[in-house]
Amino acid sequence: MRKFINDPSLVVDEMLEAFLIAHSDLVSATDNERVIKYKKAPIEGKVGIVTGGGSGHKPAFVGYLGRNMVDAVACGELFSSPPAQMFYDAAKAANGGKGIAILYGNYAGDNMNVSMAMEELRDEGLEVKTVVANDDVPSAPKGEESRRRGVAGEILMWKVGGAKAAMGGSLDEVIAAAQKAIDNTRSMGVGLSPCTIPEVGHPNFTIAEGKMEIGIGHHGEPGINVVDLEPAAKVAQRMCDVIIPDLPFTSGDEVAVLISGLGSTPVIELYILFNDVQRILKEKGIKIHISYVGNYFTSLEMAGATLTLMKLDEELKTCIDFECDSVGITQFQRT
Amino acid sequence: MEKFTNKAGSAIVDQLILAIQENKQYLSDIDGLIGDGDHGINMNKGFTLCRAELDKNPGNLSSSMNILAKILMMKIGGSMGPLYGKFFKAIAVALEEEEEIGIKEMGAALKAAVDAIASISSAKVGDKTLLDTLIPALTAYEKAQAEGKSFTEALEAMKFAAIEGCDSTLDMVAKVGRASRLGERSRGVPDAGATSCRIILETVADKTKELLNN
Repeated sequence: MRKFINDPSLVVDEMLEAFLIAHSDLVSATDNERVIKYKKAPIEGKVGIVTGGGSGHKPAFVGYLGRNMVDAVACGELFSSPPAQMFYDAAKAANGGKGIAILYGNYAGDNMNVSMAMEELRDEGLEVKTVVANDDVPSAPKGEESRRRGVAGEILMWKVGGAKAAMGGSLDEVIAAAQKAIDNTRSMGVGLSPCTIPEVGHPNFTIAEGKMEIGIGHHGEPGINVVDLEPAAKVAQRMCDVIIPDLPFTSGDEVAVLISGLGSTPVIELYILFNDVQRILKEKGIKIHISYVGNYFTSLEMAGATLTLMKLDEELKTCIDFECDSVGITQFQRT
Repeated sequence: MEKFTNKAGSAIVDQLILAIQENKQYLSDIDGLIGDGDHGINMNKGFTLCRAELDKNPGNLSSSMNILAKILMMKIGGSMGPLYGKFFKAIAVALEEEEEIGIKEMGAALKAAVDAIASISSAKVGDKTLLDTLIPALTAYEKAQAEGKSFTEALEAMKFAAIEGCDSTLDMVAKVGRASRLGERSRGVPDAGATSCRIILETVADKTKELLNN
C-alpha cells in the first residue's frame, strides 16, 4: 500500500474533518459527525435533497453538496452503507418543511438502511420519498432494471433533482424529475486495476496484467467479461455498444455525456475516451447537449472509467443547465 | 414443562454481548479472507454500544433484545446492521407479552426472526450467507418440537444444525454480497455472517439451557 494516510481506521473521519475546513464556504457540520450539509441547509420552503452511501467515491457524495444541488449527505465507512441513523439525521438536516427527497444508489445495504430511516421519519409525520438510481447496465440484463446498481448516473439524478427543488418544485415534482432523470440514464464501467481499502491492506480482487474488466462495478463487482487491453477507440465502442441499444438512444436524441475516471486514471485518457465516444455518437446522429469529463465518481485508486449517457427532454435540459455550485460541479447559467 | 422467565432471560443478551466481543478478531479475520474484513469490528461496535445502554436501562429478555435491535439498526451500517437488527427486533416483539418462555414461545420467536430477515433479503440457502446457518437451525428446532422433544433437546438440535449449516458455507461459492466478486475463489472459507450467526445461535442455546437447569 502506498497511501497518504495516518491511521487506516480514521481515513473517513480525517477526510471529512478536512473537507469541512477546506470548503467552509460551501458546507458545514451537523450534530452527527458523519452527516455533512450544504451551509445554507435547511432552506425554508424548499424540498430537501438528501443522499449518502459508503465513502471512497470522491467527489461523491459530499462533493455534490451545494447551491441548487444536494442539501445533506450521510457518509458511511469506505464502501459500506451508512447506518439508518445517518440517513435519518441527514434528512432532518435537509428538512425545510416542504418534504425530503432521498436520491441514492441501488445497493442492498443502502436500501435497507434508507427504508428503516424512512420508517422513523414517517412516524414523526415528515414527508419523505426516494428515487433509487439503477443506471449500471452490465449489473443486470434488460427487463431486470430494478436489480441494476447505481453508479455515476447518480450525479445527473442529483443535478436534476437539486435544480427542480431550487426552482420551487413540490416533493412530487422533484421525485418525478429525478426518477425521469435516472430512467433516461445508462452507464457502464471498464476497470484496469483494483483498489485497496486501507483497513484491509490488500486489494480484495485482481485484474491480471495486460487485461481489463468490462462492466466492472463501483466497488469491484464483477463485470461482463475480462479481455485483453485494447485501444481507447475499441473500449469506447464496447461501452457504446452496451449503453446505446439498452435505452435505446437513437438518431435525433440529445444527450448529456459524463465520463468519470475511477480514481487513478489520468484525465488525459478520459478525454481520449471522450473523443472516441463523441465520434460514435455523431455517427449515430445523437447530439451532445452537455459534456462532463473528469473525476466525478471514483472508486478509491481503481484505474478505469465509466461512461454515462442521459437522454434529455426540455425539462431535463432545463434542470441540467440550471446554475449550481458544489465541489464536484459548478455551472453558470447557459445563455 | 421446561420454561424460563422473560426477566431471567436478559442473561441471554448479556452472554451474546460477551460472545461477540470475544470473537471480534476471529470474525474480522474470516471476513478479511473474502470480504471487507470489518465484520467483527462492526458487530463488536454494535454489541458493545448495547452493553453501555443496558447498563443504563436493564430489563428482561424482550426489552434487552429491543435495545440491541435498535442499536444495530440505527448505528451499524452496511447490510449486517439492518439484518441482525430486524432479527432481534422480531424476537423482542414475539416475546414482549410472555412472562414465561417455553419451547413454543421460543420457536415462534425464532420463526418470526427468520421471517423478518427474509422480508428484507433476497438471499436463499446455498448463497453462502447467514441464512445457511439460520434456516437449518430453525428447521431442526421445529422438527424436534413437532416430534414432542423437550425444550433442551430442541435447543441442542438447533445448535448442532447451526454448526453444520455454518460449516456447509465452507464449500460454497458466494452468490450475493461483496464476496460474490471472487466467484470460485470464495470456496474454502466460511462465510463471516454465517459464522456470527452460528455464534449467536450457539450462545442462545447454551445460555437458555443453563437457565432451564437453574
